[in-house]
Amino acid sequence: MMISPDHPSADPKPMLDSFARRHRLDPREALPWLVAIAAYFAFPDYLALQAQILATIVFALSVDLLLGYAGIVTLGHAAFFGVGAYTAGLLAANGWGEPLSGLLAGALAAGVVGFVAGAIILRTSGLTLLMQTLVVAAMLYELANKAGRITGGADGLQGMQVWPVFGTFRFDMFGKTAFLYCLAVLLICWLVVRTVVHSAFGRSLTGIRENVLRMHAIGAPVDRRKVLVYTLSAALAGVAGALIAQTTQFVGLGTLSLERSGTILIMLIIGGVGQLYGSFIGVPLYMIAQDRFASVDPVYWYFWIGLFMVVLVLFARGGVLGVVRRLRQPDGPQK
Amino acid sequence: MPWKLLNWKFLLSFAAFAACYPTAAGAQTVVKIGIVNSFSGFLAAPGDEMQKGMDLYAKEHMKDLPQGVTIEVIKRDDGTNPEVGKRVAQELITRDKVNILLGVMGSPIAAAIAPLTAEAKIPLVITNAAGVSIPRISPYVARVSFTQWQTAVPLGKWAAQQGWKKAVSAVSDFIPGHDAEAAFNKGYIDAGGQILSAIRFPTNNPDFAPFVQKAKDAKPDVLFIFVPGGTQATAMIKAIKDLGLREAGINVVSTQDLVPDEELPNMGDAPVGLVTAGNYSTGASRTANTVFLSAWAREYGPRSTPDFFAVGGWDGMAAVFDIIKQSKGKFTGDEAMAVLKGWKNLDSPRGPISIDPDTRDIVQNIYMRRTEMKDGKLVNTEFETIPNVKDPWKELNPPK
Amino acid sequence: MNDIASAAVNVAFHGLTLAMVLYLISVGLSVTMGLMGFVNLAHGAFAMAGGYVMTTLMNRWGLDFPLALFLAVAVVTAGSLVLERLLYRRLYGGDELDQVLLTMGLIFMSVGAATYIWGPLAQPMQPPELLRGQFNLLGHTLPAYRSFLIVCGAIIVTVLWLALERTRFGAQLRAAVDNLRMAETIGINTSRLFATAFAFGSGLAALGGGLGADLLAITPGYALDNLVYFLIVVAVGGLGSIRGPFLAALVVGIADTALKYYVPQFGAFFIYALTMAILLRYPHGIFGRT
Repeated sequence: MMISPDHPSADPKPMLDSFARRHRLDPREALPWLVAIAAYFAFPDYLALQAQILATIVFALSVDLLLGYAGIVTLGHAAFFGVGAYTAGLLAANGWGEPLSGLLAGALAAGVVGFVAGAIILRTSGLTLLMQTLVVAAMLYELANKAGRITGGADGLQGMQVWPVFGTFRFDMFGKTAFLYCLAVLLICWLVVRTVVHSAFGRSLTGIRENVLRMHAIGAPVDRRKVLVYTLSAALAGVAGALIAQTTQFVGLGTLSLERSGTILIMLIIGGVGQLYGSFIGVPLYMIAQDRFASVDPVYWYFWIGLFMVVLVLFARGGVLGVVRRLRQPDGPQK
Repeated sequence: MPWKLLNWKFLLSFAAFAACYPTAAGAQTVVKIGIVNSFSGFLAAPGDEMQKGMDLYAKEHMKDLPQGVTIEVIKRDDGTNPEVGKRVAQELITRDKVNILLGVMGSPIAAAIAPLTAEAKIPLVITNAAGVSIPRISPYVARVSFTQWQTAVPLGKWAAQQGWKKAVSAVSDFIPGHDAEAAFNKGYIDAGGQILSAIRFPTNNPDFAPFVQKAKDAKPDVLFIFVPGGTQATAMIKAIKDLGLREAGINVVSTQDLVPDEELPNMGDAPVGLVTAGNYSTGASRTANTVFLSAWAREYGPRSTPDFFAVGGWDGMAAVFDIIKQSKGKFTGDEAMAVLKGWKNLDSPRGPISIDPDTRDIVQNIYMRRTEMKDGKLVNTEFETIPNVKDPWKELNPPK
Repeated sequence: MNDIASAAVNVAFHGLTLAMVLYLISVGLSVTMGLMGFVNLAHGAFAMAGGYVMTTLMNRWGLDFPLALFLAVAVVTAGSLVLERLLYRRLYGGDELDQVLLTMGLIFMSVGAATYIWGPLAQPMQPPELLRGQFNLLGHTLPAYRSFLIVCGAIIVTVLWLALERTRFGAQLRAAVDNLRMAETIGINTSRLFATAFAFGSGLAALGGGLGADLLAITPGYALDNLVYFLIVVAVGGLGSIRGPFLAALVVGIADTALKYYVPQFGAFFIYALTMAILLRYPHGIFGRT
């Protein structure tokens, strides 16, 4: 008599194996988290920076979802980052400082804006789409600037009071709470992205990226899918923005700027687009390098990071992960 | 030329990738001074002036420090960005463990940093940021520079006293600009003038022509302008000249930010006749200024000019040095604040200054100056002194 | 009523000046993007370089305005040829993302290099004696230098358009933008065409940057700060088009000036909204090709 795998007395190992196979679990995936926890203990003076790195990884993941999986190039993702940041910030500055609900509010607001923007602009592609993403972000920037009485305008949002997480863990200057808070949120966001990417929906996104016409031909709801992924990506960016707002207790116009949109793109490209872990590599690399070099001489920073980017494009396409992959399968097939 | 960029500082930092800063060894008392300044972004040029002033004072007076006490200066760039400024200040406090903070160009940046000083009980000596309410944000903030109300209220009063009945104001759209506008209005209206309209233009604005045009079209007797110091001043002067305001019979007044001494050489003869109110001019003939100017020329060469930003940095460092001297290099935040409240410097290049113990803000002489051509060079000549001006805004708005 | 008319004339005047400068700088970008399909975000850096070289020659070496401008254009054109051969050529037809990364890298390098060489201050520009101050025209007093800019711009634009219609190079360019493969099959050396067009576009950008040093301040952040406006002019005008960006530049220049004058509290918001609306209606730009 065959015992079905669902039978409680069946050997659990095959069940675990099939679970692992379906979700493509790999022991190496635990690595980033171990590194993060090690960093917490190894560099206690740098927790504030580390927390910001973690939050920025969430942002990079949101862009990767769009760029690496759906093939949509955006130079305006800071729009959603900023919306999330200002939402969480405004709540905290006007009496409601509960962090988790602030986070959700930020995600929701950014998601709504993303949905509306996506529905309008995603019918175009190429340079026009790029321009439209840029323009959306620029419009939001101007709005935030002009609504100075509410947002603080160019001076930034002052007076944020973020309550302790779960009522006990206070956000202090040293960043302990901030780090663990960001790490937990990153874990959840990463799980979400990972599930989406490995799902049927995720695979259809790859189809849209690789060959839109064929996707249309097989009757896949391309436009709906694009708007859906755009909305999800926007919500994630909003979470990242809210994280930054809550952990620094400050929101400035820079959260909506072209520079923010550009640098997150760069960080992702450095790590490697569309490979899920590019964000985990590119963001810390860039931000730590910037922290070290910019503190010595900010002038030189721009020059050297620019040179690095040029060299990267010419000699190391696909970012760090691309190089790693080429080293491991020199003539092997692409993903 | 780019190879020069690979200087030793850079390579050292590269090698010490995530390392901590080296701690001072030996039996010396080291006072760590954290400087938050703008080395990039639109306030970078005045930031450079302020830094030069700080560095010069430290160099000239290193020998005045008590025996066994030395200073370590750590400079961080805020990129003219309050978000970055807050982060670097936080790092200076938690990572570098500085004993005192010095600096800040922009008011929004200072406002973002102020709450940190209260939490950490680390004093901040503000050497430029002129936003009026900043010292109220935290009891650990003191200012040695100036506020827009200090300069603009007497200016408004003076303008009305010239018989210029109608005015238009045009200011940069951020805290200092709003302060300047409100302050000028107060002084001007109280003395009998009438404001026709108020224009505000974006801070990072390259072209002032449309705004100056609008001011010109309103046909006032006097136009009050405020721009943050630096290259915006030159651009504004050019717009005023190009659009022929003087020919149209409009008098232009401003705070000293419009004619910073170091920008004057770039302005041609356009600013001649402008009247401004300020706390420092290189043309001042007092001894302390002569000493300051020659030290400056020695250190930075004859082609470099200090301005009020530099003097703010100079006096700020002087205050820090006095704290160190009085406490022999070991002080808590509260002890430092005790020294700062009521601190005086009678030898400042700008004349006698002090810090008001109640408001922790600067008290100084304000000068009315006219820009003139002397020996082929432009200079702001002081023609009237208003002594010991306290910040009018705080007097008019006592804390609740 | 007279005041309103007078104000409108002033707005149109200043707007036209800005439009000229924007056009001179952006037309090269339109050609690069339309012809070579290359997203050159660093195009503004050529305009900036033109501005820096010109002002340095004028301020530090005392050269005359026309000579300094000419040399600036020559230097930048030569430099752009080198860059095209060494860097850009490798990424033609390549991944858009790589192009974005390369050109953003170049922008960053330009910011760092400019700060290092010239410092963070904007470069002062004194127009020649002849063009300073104002003059009277039909009862209006107009700034001399800006009037010169408009006249100069108009002449250059006319010459440009004539060259496009009447010269062989112009014909080759139009053919290649229209259909690159066909152009190659009929024997047009596209590689040389690309290089020439690129150099030409960069030279024009340098000219625009130098002439417009008054309007768009020559600071290290130039390429980044003005990027959005250049891209708007190109996107709205239509990639590959030479006339399209002119209309777009007019719209942007005048709208921007008018907004600053009449509703300064809204800033650039309406420009962006207008851009979005135009791009929704004409996804390939007003004069673009599908």
